[in-house]
Amino acid sequence: MPSRRTRENLLTYMVVGPFAIVLAFPFYWMLWTALKTEGDLYNTKNNPFGFTQGSPTLANVRFLFEQTDYLRWLGNTALVGATVVIFTLLVSLPAGYALARLSGRWGQSLGVGIFLVYLVPPTLLFLPLSRLIAELGLQDSLWSLILVYPSFTIPFATWLLMGFFKSIPRELEDAALVDGASRVRSLLHVVFPISLPGILTVVIFSFSLCANEFVYALAFITNSSSKTISTGIYTELIRGDVFFWGALMAATLIPSIPLALLYNTFLDRFIAGFTGGAFR
Amino acid sequence: METAAGYPRRKRRRDLLEQRRFLGPALLSPAIIFIVLLVGAPLGLSIYLSLTDATAGSLTGDFIGLDNFTSQWSDPNFRTAFRNTIVFTLLANAIIVVGASILAHFLIRPFRGKWFLRFLILLPWAAPVALSTIGFLWIFDSLFSVVNWVLKSLSLVDTFNPPQWLGDPTLALAAITTVHAWRLLPFATVIMIAGLASIPTEVNDAARVDGATGLKKLWYVTLPLQLPIATIAVLFGIVFTATDMAVVYILTRGGPFNSTQTLPMWAFQTGIGSGSLGAGAAIALYLLPVLALVTVLMLVFARRVEVT
Repeated sequence: MPSRRTRENLLTYMVVGPFAIVLAFPFYWMLWTALKTEGDLYNTKNNPFGFTQGSPTLANVRFLFEQTDYLRWLGNTALVGATVVIFTLLVSLPAGYALARLSGRWGQSLGVGIFLVYLVPPTLLFLPLSRLIAELGLQDSLWSLILVYPSFTIPFATWLLMGFFKSIPRELEDAALVDGASRVRSLLHVVFPISLPGILTVVIFSFSLCANEFVYALAFITNSSSKTISTGIYTELIRGDVFFWGALMAATLIPSIPLALLYNTFLDRFIAGFTGGAFR
Repeated sequence: METAAGYPRRKRRRDLLEQRRFLGPALLSPAIIFIVLLVGAPLGLSIYLSLTDATAGSLTGDFIGLDNFTSQWSDPNFRTAFRNTIVFTLLANAIIVVGASILAHFLIRPFRGKWFLRFLILLPWAAPVALSTIGFLWIFDSLFSVVNWVLKSLSLVDTFNPPQWLGDPTLALAAITTVHAWRLLPFATVIMIAGLASIPTEVNDAARVDGATGLKKLWYVTLPLQLPIATIAVLFGIVFTATDMAVVYILTRGGPFNSTQTLPMWAFQTGIGSGSLGAGAAIALYLLPVLALVTVLMLVFARRVEVT
């Protein structure tokens, strides 16, 4: 008779295993497709789970990097993401701290209010914003995205940071204040260093929100050289009825894996921020 | 020395109290100003546009009252879009809630290989949605669909007339629902884990002392405590599915024959594609009262069921 623990583990694998297989299958399929030659891919007689006719090959990846603007899109995504994240931190760090510590009961309602702003979707805002971007002459410029993306990263980051700051014991800060440090000084030297893991979490999740964004990127940018991965791959690698499936799948897989690794690494922190008083 | 050091300290304390009153608003104001400018103002502009006949190229138009709203309401495409948005949201979130609560219960325990399994489970959420949807475009391909290949080799479907996942209205609805559920399940799971993690260990201990185990404990202790945060997971799920455009845009563009149209997609096609800013804004705004109502109800519910 197996022990209780072994039985529990077995049950865990029996439940989590199938979920993992179903959820990860599309990525496995992207990898397989990315490694195939056109001949192999478009022969319906071939078993799609195996390789023949010159597969596996890296030709699709080479095509992606050498004959498309893929690197450019990756670069644009990184540039937009990094700029937006820096700006978001500059605005959200003080705001999150103020909501967690300084403003008492109306801070609570304001916190919920800011969370609600995060739920105002791009779908509601892209029409007026696309006009605004046109008026400013920012169409086809990465600046349009840099200007607009903080509209969702700031509410999200402020709210999450508020959760992190609430979980820091107040005594630590009070100690610094009693020792004669000013509040701003204690912020910079005590509070922010302890919250570094939380801040990093916010950086990662804000960045991935930017990399994820689709509607604004589609509405504001039409020239290939200013596209981000989110729209570039779909609009440039599918030409009419011609789908470069191998390259498409490689292009999809390449940013997804590192993002998922980062998510997994910082997940416990993210969870802590979520439960750290954000809803109480 | 004592008194000399004591005086400025007290003074500093008082400065601090002064500071607190100003520091809070000072720290908050950049965020609030930005939100008002980039969310509040466009929202207002969107409401204004919806009441005019503005077209692309200008920001103004003649005031036509609620005409955009009424003419959309009688448009069959809008009706389909409205219905589909609700259907996708409800179906996908039903799957998400059930799946996520099951997964979270198991993922909260330590076990060997957890890191790797969790990585696999997080993939759909981490991958940019537009990209992973392209993956599904290939999985549901009319000729080379892997789903159909498997079904054919199991002799479950007709070899010469396999299901057209994105070409048949009903199947396309199922395909889109699947992608939504697939994409948001990991996120809901993470929020559910956060909910379970916040249950104090004393509660579990007390339950054990009282003799509550297994299903009994799940029903009377864990689920009630998990309910508030589960509500938040559903709230996110509803907002993300109801307002998403990427999945529908990439998989079907609202087709075949507008049968998979959703409100965001229809607003985009009307506002950007056909250039009817006013009508597009009106379509998007139909979402707002519904979402606001859902959000308020769920937050109130979350607060009410909070046991602590």
